[in-house]
Amino acid sequence: MKLKIYRYNPDTDKKPYMEDFEIDPGLDSGSGMLLDVLIALKAQDDSLSFRRSCGEGVCGSDAMNINGRNGLACTTPIIGLPEPVVLRPLPGRPVIRDLIVDLTQFYNQYRAVKPWLINHDPVPEIERLQSPEEREELDGLYECILCACCSTACPSFWWHPDRFMGPAALLQAYRFLADSRDQASGKRLDALEDPYRLFRCHTIMNCTDVCPKSLNPARAIARIKHRMIKRAG
Amino acid sequence: MKLPHRRFDCLVIGAGGGGLRAALQLAQADLHVAVVTKVFPTRSHTVAAQGGMNAALGNVTPDNWHWHMYDTVKGSDYLGDQDAIEYMCRAASRQVIELEHYGVPFTRLEDGHIYQRAFGGQSQNFGGDQASRTCAAADRTGHAILHALYQQNIRAKTHFFDEYFAVDLIRNEEGAALGAVVIEIETGEVMVIEAKTTLLATGGAGRIFRTSTNAMINTGDGMAMALRAGIPLEDMEFVQFHPTGIAGKGMLISEGVRGEGGYLVNGDGERFMERYAPHAKDLASRDVVSRAIAIEVREGRGCGENKDHVLLKVDHLGPDVIKKRLPAIREMAIRFGGVDPIESPIPVYPTAHYTMGGIPTNRYGQVVAPVGHGAEEEVVGLYAAGECACVSVHGANRLGGNSLLDIVVFGRAAGNHIIAYLKENRYHRPLANESVDMAVARLSKWERRGDGESVSAMLAELQLTMEEYCGVFRSQEVLDEGVSKVLALGERLDEARLSDHSKVFNTAFMEALELENLIDVATATVVSAAARTESRGAHSRLDYPDRNDAEWMRHSLYCKTDHQLDYKPVRTKPLTVDTFPPKKRVY
Repeated sequence: MKLKIYRYNPDTDKKPYMEDFEIDPGLDSGSGMLLDVLIALKAQDDSLSFRRSCGEGVCGSDAMNINGRNGLACTTPIIGLPEPVVLRPLPGRPVIRDLIVDLTQFYNQYRAVKPWLINHDPVPEIERLQSPEEREELDGLYECILCACCSTACPSFWWHPDRFMGPAALLQAYRFLADSRDQASGKRLDALEDPYRLFRCHTIMNCTDVCPKSLNPARAIARIKHRMIKRAG
Repeated sequence: MKLPHRRFDCLVIGAGGGGLRAALQLAQADLHVAVVTKVFPTRSHTVAAQGGMNAALGNVTPDNWHWHMYDTVKGSDYLGDQDAIEYMCRAASRQVIELEHYGVPFTRLEDGHIYQRAFGGQSQNFGGDQASRTCAAADRTGHAILHALYQQNIRAKTHFFDEYFAVDLIRNEEGAALGAVVIEIETGEVMVIEAKTTLLATGGAGRIFRTSTNAMINTGDGMAMALRAGIPLEDMEFVQFHPTGIAGKGMLISEGVRGEGGYLVNGDGERFMERYAPHAKDLASRDVVSRAIAIEVREGRGCGENKDHVLLKVDHLGPDVIKKRLPAIREMAIRFGGVDPIESPIPVYPTAHYTMGGIPTNRYGQVVAPVGHGAEEEVVGLYAAGECACVSVHGANRLGGNSLLDIVVFGRAAGNHIIAYLKENRYHRPLANESVDMAVARLSKWERRGDGESVSAMLAELQLTMEEYCGVFRSQEVLDEGVSKVLALGERLDEARLSDHSKVFNTAFMEALELENLIDVATATVVSAAARTESRGAHSRLDYPDRNDAEWMRHSLYCKTDHQLDYKPVRTKPLTVDTFPPKKRVY
């Protein structure tokens, strides 16, 4: 198997370069994932740097750009990947080293949408009731793993990472707008009513296209816009 | 060398459910709390918990905390401490409801209450009918809880040190904990975090085994830090093998699958659990089901070409139940098992899953060790919670659904005790510089250059050794060989070399530090296992097939110095109710 991997170590390299690798992915390559290959490569060259943890697509650590498309290495089967497999860090974010990018801005935007339940009623001694239908509204929203595949595939986020919230944060904003237990809808909408924060989304749909959890941030954004219009009367 | 210093009221090491629940309690009390975590908080392994969290809400079947307590004591094979178990089971309902108020999107029943599913080892009325006690957010309960706890911590303005690696605890001559030496992974900069109290919440050590449901970060860092600081580890021989990891891969297939009605079949198409547990069948506790699968395979009744696994049948539940209640499991089975459970059964085999043992604590989360005269003296300023700790509520075998409960209950309890402690202990103690120097010296060892053994090769060897010599079935001869092999690996650590010596985000260096931790924890595990000459819970000895309460109803304490073992009695007296005396364990 042939790969071309983006390398950059600010300690030793003046500028980034692409390095060629070749490896025999082994007998069970039929079910092997790209992360298995990266780990095998790291066993040969321990300087190759990437984040990883759960290896099963729930922690969101190993997002990267794989043959031009953002995805998780641990859930990308190697079978059928066109070679050489070109691996780059997530686009548009400062590179710390090799495939590791600085996600500070991404996390800042997440925090900025106040991603927690706001309810002003006295705290009941039992759970706040919610019908199965109301709960179903959260499906496709709460499952986000904050891997950043969507936001770093979004041209609007590339241009305005400081002012446009990006699809991941907006998906979270909608997760709370859609929650029957949350009482801050008005304030949440107010906070997004701005030419950049929400409305820099131009429905390019890269977010939905790349989401490794098959979520649909574009639809969530459309629903926020819809609520805003409805509110304006 | 002058290192940068930071000072906090409390330092929490680890940002899984235990660490975050404690941090939230502290931040809400207006204390200065720092959370040090080697990965961004929502990447902690709590995120991978699937099935749910036990609490006797009684939303689906009649229930009360006392029945839950009975099941937990029985599940622990009578090694669990009954005071801590009573405390946990009593606290459970309130804790689940609190999580719901924090925003956790629990699945709902028609009447709007939290959905609860059946899980292994659960009964009504002290061993009667199956109970449904596990509160679930589909099959992503850990993800839902971890994200909600992180979100609440952002709201409470907890101070996070994301992607900082904790190296060693700082202790003074009297043994008080004063904080930790940490590395900022991005820059390689070493820093001292001084704290009046330190909480270890670093999770388990499933990565001492080759096939494991655990994330790569589960390297027992806090346990090894405790060992190096002179604190023993309790009951490390008890490692849970989850019955249903995807065969050959290890990814977890939740017990919730059997809770929803899935069952296991062997190569003859037989529903074999009926033979091993006539009453509970596939929902017997995990140690029982794992052993049954291993026996079926060993006796030639496995499935597949190599007859090396069994099958978990789910398709009879129908696509609706599978899609609604087990969506992530379906995704996982398709991706890693190559089967869609709506159509075909999932190939499964027991897989290393959970560390029952850990840093000894009392039910307030205080670390207790035989430091002077008693077996359970508190270590001043040091706390532990969650999988890295041993309270012990799980004893020799943890019940499914009790680990999310453990982290929330004891994370909160530790937080509360820290708040009380800080009212009486308002000032930082003087820093112990020798302790800092020792940690820095340990780090600088890895600057050595030249040829040597590779970290990844040594890790692979350790994991294979543990799997072969300390697995589901154990015997003296095999364990003794395991001990000498793991000790030899430890000796060879000095020969290991890194070729990457960069300061910037050096993951090779972090993996080397993790290897040191894994070897310490693996040694504790195999040494403790070789000494326990009985079968209890997850520790199953072919040469000692029976439980031996007269000699062995006691906790092991492993010390790093000379690999010594010590023992302490099980706390059989609950807080208010009568003791559950040991009985023969049948499901």
